[in-house]
Amino acid sequence: MTATNAVLQIRDIAKSFGSVRALTAAAMDVKAGEVHALMGANGAGKSTLVKIITGVFSADAGTIMLDQAPRVFRSPAEARAAGIVSVYQDPALVPDLTVGQNLKLARVPTADVMRWLAEMGVAKLDLGAVIRSLPYPLLRLIDMARALASNPRILLLDEITAALPADLSGQVFKMVRRWREAGNSVIFISHRMAEVSALCDRATVLRDGRTVGVVEMTAGADHRIVSLMLGAGPAKEAAKEAAQTSAISAAAERPAALVVTGLRYKHSLNGVSLTLRQGEVLGIAALEGQGQQELFDCIAGVRRFDSGAISVEGRELRPRHPVDAIRAGVVLIPANRLQALLPQRSIAENVALSSFREFAAWGPIDMAGERTRVLSAVQRLQIDTRAEGELKRLSGGNQQKVVIARWLASGFRTLLCFDPTRGIDVGTKRQIYALLRELAASGASVLLFTSEMPEIPLACDRALVLYQGQIVHEMPAAEASEASLLHAAHGLVAPKIAGAT
Amino acid sequence: MTGDAFDAGGQAQSGQGAGARALRFARRNMALVGMPLLLAVALIATVIIHPNFGSFDLQSLALAALPLALAACGHAVVVISGGIDLSIGSMISVANVLSGKLMHKGSFGGALLWSVVIIAIGALLGCINGLLVRYSRIPDVVVTLTTGFIYGGVALLIMERPGGGAPAAFLDLAAGTYVSEWLPNALIFLAVAVCAVWIPVVRSRLGLLIYATGSDRVAAFRSGVDTDFARLMAYVVSGVFAAIAGIALTMTTGIGAPLSGTLYTLSGLAAIVIGGVSLSGGKGGLVGPIMAAFLLSLIPTDLIFLNIDPNYGQVIQGTLIVLVVMAGGFAAARQDSK
Repeated sequence: MTATNAVLQIRDIAKSFGSVRALTAAAMDVKAGEVHALMGANGAGKSTLVKIITGVFSADAGTIMLDQAPRVFRSPAEARAAGIVSVYQDPALVPDLTVGQNLKLARVPTADVMRWLAEMGVAKLDLGAVIRSLPYPLLRLIDMARALASNPRILLLDEITAALPADLSGQVFKMVRRWREAGNSVIFISHRMAEVSALCDRATVLRDGRTVGVVEMTAGADHRIVSLMLGAGPAKEAAKEAAQTSAISAAAERPAALVVTGLRYKHSLNGVSLTLRQGEVLGIAALEGQGQQELFDCIAGVRRFDSGAISVEGRELRPRHPVDAIRAGVVLIPANRLQALLPQRSIAENVALSSFREFAAWGPIDMAGERTRVLSAVQRLQIDTRAEGELKRLSGGNQQKVVIARWLASGFRTLLCFDPTRGIDVGTKRQIYALLRELAASGASVLLFTSEMPEIPLACDRALVLYQGQIVHEMPAAEASEASLLHAAHGLVAPKIAGAT
Repeated sequence: MTGDAFDAGGQAQSGQGAGARALRFARRNMALVGMPLLLAVALIATVIIHPNFGSFDLQSLALAALPLALAACGHAVVVISGGIDLSIGSMISVANVLSGKLMHKGSFGGALLWSVVIIAIGALLGCINGLLVRYSRIPDVVVTLTTGFIYGGVALLIMERPGGGAPAAFLDLAAGTYVSEWLPNALIFLAVAVCAVWIPVVRSRLGLLIYATGSDRVAAFRSGVDTDFARLMAYVVSGVFAAIAGIALTMTTGIGAPLSGTLYTLSGLAAIVIGGVSLSGGKGGLVGPIMAAFLLSLIPTDLIFLNIDPNYGQVIQGTLIVLVVMAGGFAAARQDSK
């Protein structure tokens, strides 16, 4: 594994947080002029390794060699000075400052940042605009441009494409390729295998905190990566499960669970109508900002819609607050897991939060009752409970499972899943989709939005395409290939809505 | 995230035009626009209640507001950096008794020299706060509450009961009038002190670091900011402001008193909240809190003129804080829903 022309060599890195061992023996070699993927299931330790390389955390053991010389970075500023710059999973921009002040903060020349932004298709940017008021995808591009402007020899991109629409991801990839051509190195982290095979030269795979293999990205490499990531057992399971999903029968004419008619919200929703049947997983496909967030928020009572109607199992629902929707059995799983969870409390408390009403009317909490319900939900979802005391120490995938476990424990009829697998690894993703299928089979209904279109046919019975605040297309899951969904989502197909209500 | 202002083509919004810019300024600096209005209304009300409001009344208002305004400045800097400083009142007491003791029966020049020493001691006390917050990993509320106890004890050790004094010429720096009887020296003193301390901070990189750290510590850290340094410096600036407030208190009362500063910890916090500093950090400035300090000092005066028990002043202060915080909350909610 030793390579003489490696710019960055990482050996035997270990890191524990309390009793949780995030990394045990991570190793990695990055050559000059290559795009190197860092792959691993959720909780494998990718983010921790990135943070150690860039000086956010310090390692408990192991060495980092830059140009054959051992280095320790105590802060991101030190790593940056050595030419290692990272774009993190969430924006590293200070929300109350303007764009200009943020650039000054990181001591990068404004002109360079603007030039890189222009290269990525952002021609005009108001330097006086406050970060808080700017849309999320734009912040990611500013982050990227800011990183490029400090001219790093090693650029780390941690899930930068997770919330970017396809065209903007394309811009980011263009920059990555240019960076490689200039003789620099890029460490690329993504859960989207297609991006990794298209972009990267080699991949290092982590599992359970240790490096389990390095793969040259040739034909068939993606299968090897997946089997390395999952280990031998789960890979077979995943294959079996894929066979199952393809055998899903088209939704029969079951009674409607949720009917939305002519829903309007400001400029975002222009008369959305849809019917979700009992026992059905209905997929919503849309590009960034077509009204999907508003649609889910309106149904869940997070926002109040302007006009239209929602009915749940025949009864009208006009939620003024999420509690109205929850009482009607309609619950939301947001993309940002931390919006739904109490990061400093235990798993048990987080799971029981929404069902305290049943464990305690006014008096003391029925602890035994709570424990059995919580335990059964935790076991059913196979949540890793090593860090049960504090939720923030769980990995992203396990946190998302806790959100689902909460609703499982409190009972629901209709599940609204908004991008539940954002930033979650392949293995956990499959578990979550299998879980959604299982819930549907037991009579619940699921409305699912995912930003990853290839997953719609895996998880759904039927797919709807949302474009500019309207449903423009409907297709059974069997026809919902990525290509046809993308065409419809770009508004390129004549509207076709079968059996719309 | 709504993403409505961003189309897939990658176009950024560009709020151009002077009108849009002015509106944006007003929205971002509600305190700067709203506070003068509120203060003007209060002043007009005072003149209506008390038609004989003269230069003497203005002078006493300025004297009452001076220490509070300086205490509010100290609070504001720390809160902007994302922390809190509950030891400000005790640091004021320490500076007050030190100046009352050291300057007693001294010369004008000696008093000026001692002022420099006392301000350095204030910076040191603030530095201790900052270092404890940084290295002990104890929450800032707990650290500054306990150092507040310690500093309060130190003040009592220096001077057990009110006494001491300072040369009359030195007191006149804040208590007298040089230019006109309508322009009390207290106002000039305040302006000079605030400009001398704050402008070098806010106009330099340090100011940016303090705002960034208070707004989002993680994002600032990842941008390469030494957030520990920014927080430490905020406490140092706070200590400097507290020391100046303590010296000002000697000038306005003529003596040193070991419990003189206690009051300013909470009323200073009230002033910054009314003056538009967000308790969650990263937002606000010093002009709003200073004007709020004047507003808060005006309330008891007006009550005396109205023959109402001045203790109602506290009720009114509290009500004002609730109203201001509510107004801020509504404004934020409206912006979110847009």
